[in-house]
Amino acid sequence: MMPANNATNTINAPLPVKTSFEGRYNKHLYNKRRWANKLGLGFAMSAMVFGLFWLFWILFTLFVEGFQGIVQLPVFTADTPPPMSAGGLRNAIVGSIMLAFSGLFIGAPIGLMTGIYLSEFSQGSMLGKVTRFLNDILLSAPSIVIGLFIYALMVKGQSFSGWAGALALALIVIPVVVRTTENMLNLVPNSIREAAYALGTPKWKMVTQVTIKAARAGLTTGVLLAFARITGETAPLLFTALNNQYFSTDMSQPIANLPNTIYQFAMSPYDNWHTLAWAAALLITTSVLVLNILARFIGGRSQSR
Amino acid sequence: MNDVISKVRTKTTVNRFNETTSDQTKGSLLNRPMATSSQMEQPDIASLTKQTRHDIPKNMPAAKMQIRDLSFYYGDFQALKNINIDIPDKKVTAFIGPSGCGKSTLLRTFNRMYDLYPGMRAEGTINLDGNNILGKDVDVNLLRAQVGMVFQKPTPFPMSIYDNVAFGVRLYEKLSKSELDHRVEWALKKSALWPEVKDKLKASGLSLSGGQQQRLCIARSVATKPEVLLLDEPTSALDPISTGAIEDLIEDLKQDYTIAIVTHNMQQAARVSDYTVYMYLGDMIEMGETDQIFTKPAQTATEDYITGRYG
Repeated sequence: MMPANNATNTINAPLPVKTSFEGRYNKHLYNKRRWANKLGLGFAMSAMVFGLFWLFWILFTLFVEGFQGIVQLPVFTADTPPPMSAGGLRNAIVGSIMLAFSGLFIGAPIGLMTGIYLSEFSQGSMLGKVTRFLNDILLSAPSIVIGLFIYALMVKGQSFSGWAGALALALIVIPVVVRTTENMLNLVPNSIREAAYALGTPKWKMVTQVTIKAARAGLTTGVLLAFARITGETAPLLFTALNNQYFSTDMSQPIANLPNTIYQFAMSPYDNWHTLAWAAALLITTSVLVLNILARFIGGRSQSR
Repeated sequence: MNDVISKVRTKTTVNRFNETTSDQTKGSLLNRPMATSSQMEQPDIASLTKQTRHDIPKNMPAAKMQIRDLSFYYGDFQALKNINIDIPDKKVTAFIGPSGCGKSTLLRTFNRMYDLYPGMRAEGTINLDGNNILGKDVDVNLLRAQVGMVFQKPTPFPMSIYDNVAFGVRLYEKLSKSELDHRVEWALKKSALWPEVKDKLKASGLSLSGGQQQRLCIARSVATKPEVLLLDEPTSALDPISTGAIEDLIEDLKQDYTIAIVTHNMQQAARVSDYTVYMYLGDMIEMGETDQIFTKPAQTATEDYITGRYG
């Protein structure tokens, strides 16, 4: 009884403050902090300017050179030409779209389902932990290794094919989608799951109708970002889809694609190929930019709701 | 400063309490001034006698739920110790007690919410209409359809207001469009939300204010017509007007439902409940008619808590 009362009295006693705040605070320390703050801000700003400078230089060169190609050459209507003659990128654009979409359609469902399993069903099980660990390895695996793996699996002894390229891209999509799906579902508050259970909802219905709906925007963002990533991948296609000088939509044959066209044309000594390589680079960069902005737009809209 | 606040608080308490239960002549313990100076002293063991199943008051009406020798464990920690309670049919039973006393834990055993988490287990029996719901062969989904629950924080689903209310109904009933419309309207009217949302049933449930969201959650629970409704501090995140609406709603709902409510607000317990259970550190200390608990509790521990000596 007594100690408690004493404690209360000590707390309630007025503080022995003699001077005003003006006379009391540590001016030296405060000024030092202000300088440190300015110094830190200055470093951060110059680092940002340094980074943005190169980025804008790259983008500027890309736009200037790429636009020349798009304006001067029939990029969208003609196929890749032999050296020293006019041509476009039609076969590469169509091939790239086919590869990216089939890669996405193979990889995204697997990634989504794995992510849903990890977040909603694994609950600390060994299988869940192992899956998560392997996925992290896959996520950081160099893309050329994935290309080599598919080469050994599907190309060696057979032939280069569009399907091999699509599968290699799918292997890049899967870990990205798994990671974002799991993270986005983990962000759904547990109270919503409990509320669904409290109505007598079976688990599969809770997952499909409540948590996935709650995380829908995040899941879409993850898939879009994975899509943006594979539109620019070169290494996995190098040993799998290879390239094709002619227009072809046959996925069991080598198929033309933008990244490899850039690789091949930029290394060549021919001017018209150089121009086409710039145009192709601009096309890829623009599509990646658009996809990223779209992903941001969708992800941001869900947060502000 | 502190004194002023406590005086004001006590004063409002008196007024509100007298309005709602004017038939009380003996005077509630809530009318006594709060013992603010020594609130920190929370005894490890309150002066009480352990309650067994023989101590359940004889004057209780027919029980919807009978809790017998219920113990609950979070891993090694025993959160509930041999609880024996009767929850009367079509009445409001309030659970009061300081934080961490096991009120919410107890409520969450009534619909086996603890099943979701590994390491939690309950021993003893809870009979709902004579059937032990803690049995292994009980289908928890069907149990939860019969025993609805509303949580402390509003938890609207990310779908339209209409779909939120219809969600639980669609799970277990096959209704035509018009029957479902009717049911949704009925539930929203029951939860006093209908006038505010009747023109925007297609709007997202997340677009509502906090109080409206909570009433939406109550409508969602009521729509499935459960037999028992569990309310876990349903008004703790709400403003006084929404709180009042929900308390009126509880008053209205007890015509059809058996209601168990956990609350930190003793005035609320006194206002809305017919029976009150006081719990402390995992023990059920006292249960009885609300009037009796708040006027002449049998145990000193209960009296100390109600008069604000600790908690």
